[in-house]
Amino acid sequence: MIPELGNFSLILALLLALTQSILPLAGAARNNPAWMSVARPAARAQFLFVAIAFGCLAYSFLINDFSVLNVVQHSFSKLPPIYRFTATWGSHEGSLLLWTFILALWTLAVTLFSRHLPDDMVARVIGVMGLVSCGLLLFMLTTSNPFIRLLPAAMDGSDLNPLLQDPGMVIHPPILYMGYVGFSVAFAFALAALISGKLDASWARWSRPWTTAAWSFLTLGIMMGSWWAYYELGWGGWWFWDPTENASLMPWLVGTALIHSLAVTEKRGTFKAWTVFLAIGAFSLSLLGTFLVRSGVLSSVHSFATDPARGLFILAFLAVVIGGSLLLFAFRASQVGLGGRFALVSRESFLMANNILLLTATGAVLLGTLYPLFLDALGLGKISVGPPYFNSVFVPLVTPLLLLIGVGPMARWKQASVPELADRLKWGFGASVVVALLLPLTLGAWKPMVSLGILLALWIVVSIAINVQGRLRGGGGWSANFYGMNLAHFGVAVAVIGVTMVSAYETERNVRMNVGDTVTLKGYTFLFKGAQDMDGPNYKAARGTLEVSRDGKPVTTLYPEKRTYTASGMPFTESAIDYGFTRDLYTAMGESLDGGAWSVRLFHKPFVVWIWIGAVLMALGGAMSITDRRYRTSRKQGRAGA
Amino acid sequence: MKRFLIPLGIFIVLVGFLAIGLRLDPREVPSPLIGKPAPDFKLALLSDPAKQLSPADLRGKVWLFNVWASWCASCREEHSVLLDLSKQGIVPIYGMDYKDQPGDAQAVLNRYGNPYVETVVDLDGRVGINYGVYGVPETYLIDRNGIIRYKHTGPVTRESLDKKILPLVKELQQ
Repeated sequence: MIPELGNFSLILALLLALTQSILPLAGAARNNPAWMSVARPAARAQFLFVAIAFGCLAYSFLINDFSVLNVVQHSFSKLPPIYRFTATWGSHEGSLLLWTFILALWTLAVTLFSRHLPDDMVARVIGVMGLVSCGLLLFMLTTSNPFIRLLPAAMDGSDLNPLLQDPGMVIHPPILYMGYVGFSVAFAFALAALISGKLDASWARWSRPWTTAAWSFLTLGIMMGSWWAYYELGWGGWWFWDPTENASLMPWLVGTALIHSLAVTEKRGTFKAWTVFLAIGAFSLSLLGTFLVRSGVLSSVHSFATDPARGLFILAFLAVVIGGSLLLFAFRASQVGLGGRFALVSRESFLMANNILLLTATGAVLLGTLYPLFLDALGLGKISVGPPYFNSVFVPLVTPLLLLIGVGPMARWKQASVPELADRLKWGFGASVVVALLLPLTLGAWKPMVSLGILLALWIVVSIAINVQGRLRGGGGWSANFYGMNLAHFGVAVAVIGVTMVSAYETERNVRMNVGDTVTLKGYTFLFKGAQDMDGPNYKAARGTLEVSRDGKPVTTLYPEKRTYTASGMPFTESAIDYGFTRDLYTAMGESLDGGAWSVRLFHKPFVVWIWIGAVLMALGGAMSITDRRYRTSRKQGRAGA
Repeated sequence: MKRFLIPLGIFIVLVGFLAIGLRLDPREVPSPLIGKPAPDFKLALLSDPAKQLSPADLRGKVWLFNVWASWCASCREEHSVLLDLSKQGIVPIYGMDYKDQPGDAQAVLNRYGNPYVETVVDLDGRVGINYGVYGVPETYLIDRNGIIRYKHTGPVTRESLDKKILPLVKELQQ
């Protein structure tokens, strides 16, 4: 009965979402306060029913209800309970339910933290979010119902994809979706502003904390995804330019542009149409990402079963949501007046350069991701675009962007003085260049890319130091926004160091090891003690033992595994990593060879954790800036005014 | 207003491509082996490990070479299609059991029926590498002179048989 309850909840949620969108939007158009006031209660009720549906599905997974098709396909009686819970979103249907649930959660948050906003704005924002929710709920109920029964019930399930049986998968999808879906709030604000025609600075101020929050979640989500791919896929890479990764990177890049452009719109009243466009773009790319991953248009390690009916529905949904909002944009954006003027050298123009570079990078990633599809659609053959394309396009675009991080925050609004900027930054830049040229010499081989990477990272750090020092000397007090921004920029520098070092100096050995064999890699000696058979709850494994020592002193013992999952028979590599601040030692088992020998993959990866530490710092910087007093005072003032 | 219509225009083109893309199959990757001789092997038979089979033994015949394994779930999907095909007797199917336990593979054939004239055992997957196998199941169509004419990735469906494989078989058998 529980699955049926879940199904009914979904239907009720759909009806509530319809109410939540139609009445408030119509009410705002006709200035009918009674209709507008439906927005909040309807959104809260919709949240409740989506939450019930989600709970029902999770319950079916937890109690191993093998009369539910989705549970049969994605769970297994011997799967540990925590993975039975995460299997709830391990399927196409379940992840869609999670998407909808998180959308409802963000809408709930909007109903709670919007007391300072005008009623028609709230009604429109919640109404637009309701429309998006309608589309998702319809999609689920018509093509991807997670509660379909299997009668007679199966004896057992066919197990969750082993890749997803990992602690990282417990929190990675929800966090990532918090980011993706969080952009729906900025999107709804932008559309509400377009519908009302009031494209002033206030909508920018209101949507700033929401955008930053979504961006921080997305940053964290991508970081977890990258880390998961690193330790779980067993190839030792941290970014593969896989379509799924690109699907998350594109909204992140546009979201980053949006954060910066919102600052200009709020403070200077410029870039108004542009900011609205970015808000639409960030969410559209989130939806496009969902389409690319779910429809099977592109093949990817992450893609779920392909079904043309589903693909067609998402495409129609995309066409309506994105096409509709771009049409609205085309009609309304032309009515927006120009904002304050600014000089060629000013913070505005630096931020404009930032936006152009970020958008170009997004375009490059989009092109690379869809290029195989374009060629195929035109009948020009099937190709795949790999890391060579992305790396060669991405690095030249990111380099000037990173240089801008140093100058931008120090430039004055409206008109900045070049001599003053040069005076403040010349020593910092000079020192960065000298260190960047010399430091790689101490690391062994001098490589131009290493010098460039170190230069960019140092430049960011030095300019942050100059900027913070200037603020302290000038008597500037605590500003969460200012320090949050600098923390996030610092995170970028840390990540740049990680990327530079690991790309230039990582060493990899793929060797055949007999029991008792040793291999030395960057001063670390790996001794292979053989592999033992082991039984896991739902898999059998061969567990290798590698004793690692340096200069005769033991460092650690690593136990990489080669697993075979019982239900699906899928072989699977479980790597073993010794994490370190300046290097990771990464081991993975390859194939079993004769006589107890194994092929073993060994990596020495310098500074690789810096990539993820940097991402966490960026997310923390974002979180910090949300706490800025400005956003809170405006609420209090709003309440006092109301 | 015109310049604000540009994003919409780009988006419409994108939707057009995505709509076409939906009808294409990203897994249909061409094999570089098409038109090349089938890589040679000499592998033990599943039915009798003492005997061996090699592509040279099948010269003069058009045959299907189906790579499968007992652990592969989508191989079960194509199993009934292959059984039907083998009953029709149009083209002989030879199987290769890929990275598998011979006992498990035999158990599958005993339980679900055997569409194969013979199945060879590729325990370590080394022959699979020569054939460019990157996922099971995969099916190769090999002509009288031992040249690979077609490769199908993923489970064989009735549709793919009727539309692609069987017409090609008839052509090659003439």
